[in-house]
Amino acid sequence: MVDYFRLDIMDWYKRRLITTICLVFAFFLLLFGRLYYLQIIKGDELRQLSENNRVRLQSILPMRGLIFDRHGALMVDNRPSFNLAILLKDTENPEVTVKRAAELLDISPEYFLERLKQSKEVSPYRPFVLKRDINRDELGLIEAHRLELPGIFIVVEPRRFYIEEGVACHLIGYLSEISKRELESGQYPNNRLGDLIGKFGIERAYESFLHGKCGSRYVEVNSRGQVIKVLKTVKAVPGDNIYLTIDLELQHKAEELMRGRVGAVVAMDPKSGEVLAMVSSPGFDQNAFIDGMSYKDWDKLVTNPFRPLENKAIQGQYPPGSIFKIITAMAALEEGVIDRRTKLFCPGYYIYGTRRFRCWKDGGHGNLNVVEALAKSCDVFFYQLGERLGVDVLARYAKLCGLGARTGIDLDNEAKGLVPTSEWKLREKGVSWQGGETLSVAVGQSFNLVTPIQMVSLIGAVANGGIRYRPLTVKRIESSNGHLVKAERPEPMGRLPVSQTTLQIIREGLLKAVNTREGTGWVSQIPGLKVAGKTGTAQVVTIKRKNVEDESEAILHQFRDHAWFIAFAPSEDPKIAVAVLIEHGGYGGEAAAPVAKELIESYLKDGV
Amino acid sequence: MFDRRLIKHFDWILLIIALTIAVIGILNIYSATTANPLYTKNHLWLKQLYWLIIGSAVMCFVFLFDYRLLERWAFFIYGFSMIMLIAVLFWGKAVCGSKRWLVLGPVSFQPSEVVKIAIIIVLARYFSGYSEQAGFGFREIRQPSILTLIPFALLVEEPDLGTAVLILLIAGSIALFCKIKTRLVLSLVLLGIISFPVQWAFLKGYQRQRILTFINPEEDPLGNGYHTIQSIIAVGSGKVFGKGYLKGTQNYLAFLPEQHTDFIFSVLAEEWGFVGSSVVIFLFLALVVRGLKIAIRSREPFGTILAFGISIMIFWQIFINVGMAMGILPVVGVPLPLISYGGSSVIMVMGGIGILMNVSMRRFMFQE
Repeated sequence: MVDYFRLDIMDWYKRRLITTICLVFAFFLLLFGRLYYLQIIKGDELRQLSENNRVRLQSILPMRGLIFDRHGALMVDNRPSFNLAILLKDTENPEVTVKRAAELLDISPEYFLERLKQSKEVSPYRPFVLKRDINRDELGLIEAHRLELPGIFIVVEPRRFYIEEGVACHLIGYLSEISKRELESGQYPNNRLGDLIGKFGIERAYESFLHGKCGSRYVEVNSRGQVIKVLKTVKAVPGDNIYLTIDLELQHKAEELMRGRVGAVVAMDPKSGEVLAMVSSPGFDQNAFIDGMSYKDWDKLVTNPFRPLENKAIQGQYPPGSIFKIITAMAALEEGVIDRRTKLFCPGYYIYGTRRFRCWKDGGHGNLNVVEALAKSCDVFFYQLGERLGVDVLARYAKLCGLGARTGIDLDNEAKGLVPTSEWKLREKGVSWQGGETLSVAVGQSFNLVTPIQMVSLIGAVANGGIRYRPLTVKRIESSNGHLVKAERPEPMGRLPVSQTTLQIIREGLLKAVNTREGTGWVSQIPGLKVAGKTGTAQVVTIKRKNVEDESEAILHQFRDHAWFIAFAPSEDPKIAVAVLIEHGGYGGEAAAPVAKELIESYLKDGV
Repeated sequence: MFDRRLIKHFDWILLIIALTIAVIGILNIYSATTANPLYTKNHLWLKQLYWLIIGSAVMCFVFLFDYRLLERWAFFIYGFSMIMLIAVLFWGKAVCGSKRWLVLGPVSFQPSEVVKIAIIIVLARYFSGYSEQAGFGFREIRQPSILTLIPFALLVEEPDLGTAVLILLIAGSIALFCKIKTRLVLSLVLLGIISFPVQWAFLKGYQRQRILTFINPEEDPLGNGYHTIQSIIAVGSGKVFGKGYLKGTQNYLAFLPEQHTDFIFSVLAEEWGFVGSSVVIFLFLALVVRGLKIAIRSREPFGTILAFGISIMIFWQIFINVGMAMGILPVVGVPLPLISYGGSSVIMVMGGIGILMNVSMRRFMFQE
């Protein structure tokens, strides 16, 4: 009975065990199914994910092209630097990590948190630079606390180094981090957030040459992001080296002369259009832009009343003042209004209608011809020429001399200047042209606006026989291994609208302006060297007043005037043309001419 | 005492299956420890081999005497394991915030591994004495429930959630196997659901997070879901034939967490692919089915329930561990029998297999 019962219960267990085995099979089938799903159906996809896990693409920054002067003196270099970067993929709590890093480096955590916010837009697999160019002490601190800073690591990168702070800063320009707007513009398809690009000057204009090609490195990393081995490397191609047309020594001289002054200096080789020196004062330190400037420093630069960020040589627009008399003289000679011998009388004033226009010289210049008038910069002589020519003829000549249009220099944001015509005034101001205004135009006041680069271009053309060359800043571009990539050749943009006879007369006048005792530019005389030049004095404030003609000339010569001087030398075989503008410098002959003189002297004395 | 029939009934197939799995396990541990220089230096694979030898010795020792002695000693074994569990709370060595190790001189041991076997023995004894085809009611279930909940509470306190859950699953499986009244099962399930918020309150922060992560691993791919996602990637990336032995990138580049213990299956699947993983899962299936077959062939209830309990313990460990590695179960630390690194686990699984063999060998004693 007991046995019977036992067998019965054992059979019962047996049935339940068979059910259990079935259930176990079902559970295992579930495991097999999942295994099949993951390895067979999703296998390719998950294999790819494991590769993505393991293999990372690191980009290798190319050496940016170097910048030399025309003689091969190095102006812009690269040096190794250590950047503090973060890889979001490798950090679980980036906020905590960067706060700790900020604490170590004694930097405000807000700055890092702000950077972190920006970095969120970058792929978590790409390193994002938190702080550029940390010093050795900081590097040591970071390395010592590595374990507390997951995801933080050091990237060694070449960093742009402007050898002499501020020298030719406007011409060379600077690098800075690409902005969101620039990225969205589509002009920089190969760049990403956090990259440095040329933002100004040569660095910007020649970005495509200077940048070079990024290399890449496929590396195998472990789960902590440590590189286990390099799988494949594609070398970076260094950027091309640029040889500027700048003569570094002359540039130094020009910088030195402009120190403490506000304005611009451009020196040019009149036979080729090559810019030998270009200074805009005040300048700035280019190195400060690379590391990212604080808002305060940036604000200081932007709100500085002397506009250090503006390249006044190409962006500053000023009334030409008496320099314009060159164009008035050309027009009068070419149009047959006067000839070499025509003499006009200057009593010190000129009556136009009911108005009295004064010459800058109270007693007047008496009888003088065009050469003497240019030399002495007689206003009354040119009032009369202007009256006879009319504003539109003057404008035609001005435009043919390259005014009112960009010179085509290879830098961005060049200003056009302004050549007023009667039609222009009616359109822009809604008022018809007043005859008296023509008189002002003839002596370079009124609405005329020119840039220093236009003026050096003009004087260069006068010097070289009438050819207007495009101003060049780059002489040649070479690849990093010395192969010529591009050589800039002189590029004529047009001719002055005058005969050689006329040009000869003008040159005579300019020579006398410097080399006679009564010449306005006598300050720039250099013994043993024939310098030809023209002074100019321009007023920015009164030009905006409506009733310019009502003001006496004396007001136009007040102390707030901008001082101009343009010159070339030696006059028989011109090697250098110079334009100097000193804002609020006063008389051109007094403030600007000495600068030009020193520059010419230093350039030609050192033998070229 | 030694009968020739003992040799005749020796279950060679079970032994071969177990040893094959264990050898694969050692090879796999060798691969899984390459990522960590500390583990490589300490030759963990070699240690595992020693554990296996010790485990085999324990297995031999276990089938030297009649398994029915276990029935008699059930409460001693149970009581002893409870003392160890309490001891571990007081004097245990804490690793990663959990007190799981009992250190006795040079030997450290996880009492939780012993508890699993002890609970099977004590429940087998209880239920074999009360065979009831109509199903147990509340009154009958009270004592085994208390026997289960004591170690459960102690394990939660350690905390060792993996083993605690395992104890519940083992005890539940045994109880269901011995049949519980349907009404009681339903009301217990209902009670579990109702008391869920209370249980939730008792869970440690990381345990709650693990459960939440299991529900949605993508939500926090760099945090808690990271392990699950990396494990799925590892398993899937093995494709049909695997990346090759010692060539699993997820493994040696340390994308897998705890790759020599909890996530050991991911290493295997990555390197051996569908083919290799299927072989191992099939071997496990064979092991469990073999164990259940021993339960079928047993001639008396204690042996049947004991064999069932041990087989089901092995089954749940496999299912939880492999399921976790493939992302169908939450991350809980349950070792994969004979594959995961760990002396306590290997020795106790081998001991369990020894019990299975013991039951198998001595079934003739009831033949008549």
